[in-house]
Amino acid sequence: MNAIQFVEQKSIEKSLASRAVKAESGKSVTPDFRPGDTVNIAVRVIEGEKERVQNYQGVVIARRGAGINATFRVRKISNGVGVERIFPLYSPIIQSIDVLRRGSVRRAKLYYLRGMSERKIRAKLH
Amino acid sequence: MTALLGKKLGMTSIYNDRGESIPCTVVKAGPCPVVQIRTKERDGYSAVQIGFDYLTKSTQSNKPEKGHFAKANVRPTRFLREFRVENAVQESGAELTVELFNIGDRVKVTGKGKGRGFQGVVKRHHFGGIGMTTHGQSDRVRAPGSIGGSSYPSRVFPGQRMAGRMGYETRTIRNLEILDVIPEENLLVIKGSVPGAINSLVEIVRM
Repeated sequence: MNAIQFVEQKSIEKSLASRAVKAESGKSVTPDFRPGDTVNIAVRVIEGEKERVQNYQGVVIARRGAGINATFRVRKISNGVGVERIFPLYSPIIQSIDVLRRGSVRRAKLYYLRGMSERKIRAKLH
Repeated sequence: MTALLGKKLGMTSIYNDRGESIPCTVVKAGPCPVVQIRTKERDGYSAVQIGFDYLTKSTQSNKPEKGHFAKANVRPTRFLREFRVENAVQESGAELTVELFNIGDRVKVTGKGKGRGFQGVVKRHHFGGIGMTTHGQSDRVRAPGSIGGSSYPSRVFPGQRMAGRMGYETRTIRNLEILDVIPEENLLVIKGSVPGAINSLVEIVRM
């Protein structure tokens, strides 16, 4: 490992150490999730002095990058409006990533879901 | 004196506690042996001379160099630099490491910037070039334009900015933050960018 990877790894490990780990259940801190899976992301939100946890639930539509630059994109329909959020995979503000439901898709990037209704998406994924 | 010599290894980004991705430069700094203490009485000024990058073969240094390093009882190094200080606390022969620095320290980093070769005035001096390619001037879009008057002064003033060699000049960036210190690997993680190409020598001085 070269020095740059060493520094990146240190930052990644620090982020992962702050996550809510369920070691006994064998769950890894960055679970093996794929595009098409429905996930729940617990995000730490810092509001002034206080810190609370916000849940963001949706369908993973893309993963990209490697190492510390890895990100993934989660789409959900909120009050009838499509919302997409990009999370850095190793961000320390992510407390946990839970896979709620596996999807079965053939593509790596599910951008075609953007034009579909909720019901159609459900039918497509499962 | 809190200064070290180091080698720029490259850039990456790390996350801070707020989840922000911070661009940073990784520098292999030290170990730097103190090779000589310059004193006012003997040398006319006071400074600390430190080395960096130990040589592996004895053929890499000549006899005068070997003698200079032998005086301080240190192994020869590839680089030597002096830092002016009024009262040197170190003694020659001591070895400085990244542990001189703490996370959160502000430093200035000096290095030789990347050489850009022979460049025109648009890149080198930020000239505007010509804004149009019509009226018969389609072939001089990046030309410098007039470099002075004709009958008066009948010459080009010294210092007139023209095309030429660009880059590879010593540059200093001040007020950079130390994000991490990794003593096991002699690494400093510095916020932002530092001058120079990868593997080039940089001087890191606490402000």
